[in-house]
Amino acid sequence: MEFSLKDKAITLFCENKEVIFQDNPAEVIRARESAFRKFKQLGFPTKKMEEWRNTNLSDILSRNHHFNFEAPKEDIDIEKIFQCEVPNFDTHIVSLYNGWYVSRDKPLETLPNGTIVGSFARALKEYPELVLKHYNKYCKNELNGLNALNTAFAQDGVFIYVPDNVGAYKPIQIVNILDKGNNLFVQNRNLIIVGKNSKLSFLHCDDSRNHEASFSNTVTEVFIDEGASVDHYKLQNLNDKTTLINSTFFQQEKDSQLSSFAITLNGGIVRNDSHVLLNNKGIDSNIYGLYLVDKEQHVDNRVFVDHASPNCTSNELFKGILDDQGSAAFNGHVLVRRDAQQTNACQTNRNILLTDKAKAHAKPFLEIYADDVKCSHGATVGQLDDEALFYIKSRGISEYNAKLLLMYAFAAEVVNKISLPALKSRIDDLVKKRLRGELAVCSQCVLHCQSQEQVYDFKIDMSKL
Amino acid sequence: MLKIENLHVSINGKEIIKGLNLQVNAGEVHAIMGPNGTGKSTLASVIAGKEGYDITDGHITYLDKDLFQFSTEERALEGIFLGFQYPVEIPGVSMTNFMRTAINEHRKHKGLDPLSAGDFLALMEEKRKLVEIKDKLKNRAVNEGFSGGEKKKNEIFQMAMLEPKLAILDETDSGLDIDALRVVANGVNKLRSKDNASIVITHYQRLLDYIVPDFVHVLYEGKIVKTGGKELALQLEEKGYEWLG
Ligand SMILES: Nc1ncnc2c1ncn2[C@@H]1O[C@H](COP(=O)(O)OP(=O)(O)OP(=O)(O)O)[C@@H](O)[C@H]1O
Ligand SMILES: [Mg+2]
Repeated sequence: MEFSLKDKAITLFCENKEVIFQDNPAEVIRARESAFRKFKQLGFPTKKMEEWRNTNLSDILSRNHHFNFEAPKEDIDIEKIFQCEVPNFDTHIVSLYNGWYVSRDKPLETLPNGTIVGSFARALKEYPELVLKHYNKYCKNELNGLNALNTAFAQDGVFIYVPDNVGAYKPIQIVNILDKGNNLFVQNRNLIIVGKNSKLSFLHCDDSRNHEASFSNTVTEVFIDEGASVDHYKLQNLNDKTTLINSTFFQQEKDSQLSSFAITLNGGIVRNDSHVLLNNKGIDSNIYGLYLVDKEQHVDNRVFVDHASPNCTSNELFKGILDDQGSAAFNGHVLVRRDAQQTNACQTNRNILLTDKAKAHAKPFLEIYADDVKCSHGATVGQLDDEALFYIKSRGISEYNAKLLLMYAFAAEVVNKISLPALKSRIDDLVKKRLRGELAVCSQCVLHCQSQEQVYDFKIDMSKL
Repeated sequence: MLKIENLHVSINGKEIIKGLNLQVNAGEVHAIMGPNGTGKSTLASVIAGKEGYDITDGHITYLDKDLFQFSTEERALEGIFLGFQYPVEIPGVSMTNFMRTAINEHRKHKGLDPLSAGDFLALMEEKRKLVEIKDKLKNRAVNEGFSGGEKKKNEIFQMAMLEPKLAILDETDSGLDIDALRVVANGVNKLRSKDNASIVITHYQRLLDYIVPDFVHVLYEGKIVKTGGKELALQLEEKGYEWLG
C-alpha cells in the first residue's frame, strides 16, 4: 500500500495523545480533539484546492516524515548554534529548536516593561486564563488541514504578552532553528497578545542549520488590542530542501496599527499565509512581502484581509525577483463587508522574471459589499524595463551592474519600509548579496557560516550614500 | 571623430533612416534640425547603441573604429554621451548611486581606482553648481518626479560629470525657460575643445544663439538634405522645411 502521511499522522495522534495532552487544560484538549477531527476530514492541502493551485506539496508529503512528541533531553546551547547575523541589532532572543522552546524548564521571563515571554507550553500552565482567552480564537482550523493539524499536534512555541499601555522594549526575536531534520515534521504554535496602546516589534526568523530536509508547519496567533501598534518581521533563510508553512492570524482592534513583513531570502517551498481581521474602526494594516527566488525554490504568499469594520486602511505590497527555475505565487484576497464603509484597501504584487523558466502567478482579488470604499489592486509579472536599462547603460554602466541597480531598486521599495534601522541595513545587505548570487555560493551553512564577513567589492555602495 | 556613411535603419521593417551621411570632426559643433518624425532621435539612438533597430546598410566609424562592434556601455566608456529627448525615470535608484556607479565604471575603464565617497560628493557638488541644479534633486531617484526642465538640466549635469568626447543632445533645449537654456548652452560650451565634438538636435534657432554651431544640417525624411552654416537655421526659422522637399 502506498505510504500516506495523513494516515501516519492520524495513527500517531491516537497513540501519543497522552503525551500531547500532558498538562493541558480541558479547553486545549477539546480544541485539539476538534481540530484533529477537522484534519481527518480535510487532510493535507492538494493542488485541487483553489488556494493551493500553485503550490504542490504532494511530493514532499509522500515522504515518510517523522514526528517528535518529546522535547529533546539535552540542553541546547543556542549561542553555539545560532548567531544572529544582524550587527548592532539589540533584540531579546527566544529560540525554538525543532519546534521546542529552548530552556523550557525556566519560568516565563518578565522584561523591564512588563512584557512576559517564554515557552507556550509553560504559559499554558502559568497563565492559563490569559492564554485561553486568545488561544485558537483566530486560527482557522476549518479552512486548512495544516492549521488543524497544528492545533491538534503542536506542543510548544513562543508566548508573548505585552500588558496595556507600555512602550516598546527591545524587539523580540523568535528564532526557529531546524536541525538534524532528516524528514522531521516540526510544528509549533505561537501566541502573541499586545495590550491596549502598547507597542511590540517582533521578528520571526526561520533558519536551517544544515542541508537536511524538514517540514515546518507553524501557526502564530496575534491579538492587537485597541490603539496598539505592532511591527512584525518574518525572515526566512532556510535550506533548499526545507518546506515551511507559516500561518499568521492577526486580529486587530480599534485604532490599532500593524506592519507585517514576509521576507524570504531562501527556502525550498515557503508558504506564508496571513489572515488579518480588522475587527473595529480606525485600523491601519500593512502587509508587505519580498521574495528572492532562484534554483527550484518556490514561494507562495497568501493574504486574506477581512475588512469587517468601517474606516480602516489596508495596504499589501508584495515584490519578488525570480531567477533560474524559481517560482512564486501571490494570492491576495480583500473582503470588504457591507458595514465596512470608508474602507481604503490596496493590493499590489510585482514580479521580475530573470529567466524564461522562472514563473510567477499573481491573483489579487477584491470582494466588496460596501459602496463607499476606495480599493485598488494591481499585479505585474515582467522583465526589467528596457528603456531604463538602455538609459543606465548609456552612461557607461555595465549590463550586469545596470540590472543590479534596477533589481536593487525594485526590492528597496519594500526594504525601505522596515522601521528598525539595524534590521533594514542588514536586509538591504542580504538583498544585495542575494542579487549578486553570493548567498547561494555559501553552501556549507546557508547563511550563518561562522566565518568572517567577506569584504566585497561592489561598486554600488548603497550604505554610505 | 564620427563618420556616418550611407546609413540605412529600419524599425520593424519600416525604413526610417534612408542613406544618411555625416562627418563630425574633433572640435566641431553640429546642429541637426528637421521636422517631427524624420529620424533625428532614431539617429541619436543608433549612435548610442540602443537595441531594436535594423541597420540594413552603411557604416559608422567612431575614432576610426567600427562603432557597431561596441555595446552601449562600451560606447559610453569610449566617450559617447546621449542627452535623451525623453529622459527615463528610474524609481528607487538615487541620482547619487547612479552617477557614482557610472563615474567608477569610467574610472575603471581608464585603469583608475574608484573615487572615494568624499571625492565623489565633492565632484558632484562642483558639477551640480555648474549646471545650477537644486541641491535636493541629487538625493532623489533618477528623474523621478523631476519637472520637464529639471530632467533636461539633469542630462547636462550627467554630461558634465562624465565629460564625453562626443555629446549628442537630443532636444535638450525643448521646454526650457531662458535661464535654463543658458545653463544648457553653457554646459555644451564648457565642453567645447579641440578634442571634443557635439551634435545638437534642436527645433529652435534660439539655442544656436548661445551655442554657435559650425554646421547646421537639415534631416528630412531620413536623409540630410541640406548643410550650411548658422545662417541656415535662421532661414529655416523663417521659411520652414517645405522648400527643401
Ligand atoms: N520603436 C519604434 N517603432 C516604430 N516606429 C518608430 C519607433 N521609434 C520611432 N519610430 C518612428 O520613426 C520615425 C522617426 O522617429 P524619431 O523619433 O527618430 O523622429 P524625430 O525626428 O526625433 O522626431 P521629433 O522631432 O518629433 O523628436 C517616426 O515616424 C516614428 O514614429
Ligand atoms: Mg526626436
